[in-house]
Amino acid sequence: MINKIVASCATAVANIKDGDTVMIGGFGEAGSPVELIHALIDHGAKNLTVVNNNTGSGRVGLAALIENGQVAKMICSYPRTANSLVFPELYRSGKIELELVPQGTLAERIRAGGAGIPAFFTKTSVGTPLAEGKEIRNFEGDDYVMERGLKADFALIKAKQADRYGNLTFNKTARNFAPIMAMAATTTLVQTNEMVELGGIDPENVVTPGIFVNSIIEITQPQQESQLVKNGVVYLPIKSQGAKA
Amino acid sequence: MSTLATSNQHANSQVAQVGWNREQMAHRCAQDIEEGSYVNLGIGIPEKVAQYVPDGREVIYHTENGLLGMGNSPSADELDPDLINAGKKPVTAIPGAAYFHHGDSFAMIRGNHIDVCVLGAMQVSEKGDLANWSTGAADAIPAVGGAMDLVAGVKTIYIITQHTTKTGDAKILAECSFPLTGQKVVNRIYTDLCVIDVTNKGLALIELAPGISFDYVQARTGVELLNATEQLDAKGFDNSSVNSSREVQS
Repeated sequence: MINKIVASCATAVANIKDGDTVMIGGFGEAGSPVELIHALIDHGAKNLTVVNNNTGSGRVGLAALIENGQVAKMICSYPRTANSLVFPELYRSGKIELELVPQGTLAERIRAGGAGIPAFFTKTSVGTPLAEGKEIRNFEGDDYVMERGLKADFALIKAKQADRYGNLTFNKTARNFAPIMAMAATTTLVQTNEMVELGGIDPENVVTPGIFVNSIIEITQPQQESQLVKNGVVYLPIKSQGAKA
Repeated sequence: MSTLATSNQHANSQVAQVGWNREQMAHRCAQDIEEGSYVNLGIGIPEKVAQYVPDGREVIYHTENGLLGMGNSPSADELDPDLINAGKKPVTAIPGAAYFHHGDSFAMIRGNHIDVCVLGAMQVSEKGDLANWSTGAADAIPAVGGAMDLVAGVKTIYIITQHTTKTGDAKILAECSFPLTGQKVVNRIYTDLCVIDVTNKGLALIELAPGISFDYVQARTGVELLNATEQLDAKGFDNSSVNSSREVQS
């Protein structure tokens, strides 16, 4: 029987290794898989390359993962946001690497990675500093820059509904990068607000088909990043949790 | 086209409030948003454009984080942290709205499906080059977001900006000194002083704010302007020579 449901967030993230590339869904807090990120902090894998549109806010979620020294490099389009405290300081002191990518190029690189396309050409960034050092080719009179597909070892995403096959739906603009990250990662870990029976999602309404999903954990009352930030929460790793127990 | 040496700081320091204010700039731009358009509005003054699109025109707003049919700000009980715009502010979805993932959202942008994008600017050049994401300062945290995708892919790019910087330096120049967002991408510029079209012949001033003269604008502009206000009003301007990002070669 295919059953992708796992018992805990700790079990879900247990196989993430030092040096892995991890895609994390979300646009700001919308779609951020806070519980899975906190489990990754507890797990402790280091020297990670993390792909996300931003760099988190406050001292929870992605920002806490960065603050805990687990991220060597961020690939993102907009590392500055309101309440973005952790990344700017580490970046200015040279303790974290940044690969800045236009948002649409980031999305297309992830989609290409998930679709087996190693590289593609786009007009975006031609003539700007972000095209420097990249191959430029002219098609039908216009210049295009070559960009590489992007893959990951793991993706951490948040869904609204899931079934045991891994079919997913999302909530409003919390969908953002999740479906394409699920395609681009070797192993996709999902936290869902609700588990449903097979058939509980109309096949016409499946957004991410289960083939792109590996592990699912139900988190019925997920923490909301902005609320945690507002309450001044600082996430600290629980060292004894998970696989060691 | 020659570059004019200007002393804008001196010229501006004597003036308190002239020309259009932020609301009026947004209002002026909104008159050019056509019925049936798919529109993406940048953060800041561009966001205000939606308030001033003339009644009776149906316009669909796109936000690049995955929504077509963005509505107004939510009431307290409508508020959902999973329903936000590209500026990460809470929004609503109109009846007939659609949600989609980032790949599809940027296919709409990069595949030339969005009709109009309104953005702010740090600098705009005579050729329609835009700089609006970085001053290139060494200690700045670089952040680009979707700006480079929007200017590369949206059919028409409108810029709303103060005509000069807070210290009176020209923002409309022969060449941008800041890192570019895109080359030859801007179609029209709305400032507090005037409306300027980017044409193959240069920057054509097509409309002046009330009480503003061509010479007043020219003195605050870093490049020579063509005076197109006398022969052509805004609606009658011959758009055949207007710069199009689809047609101009880079």
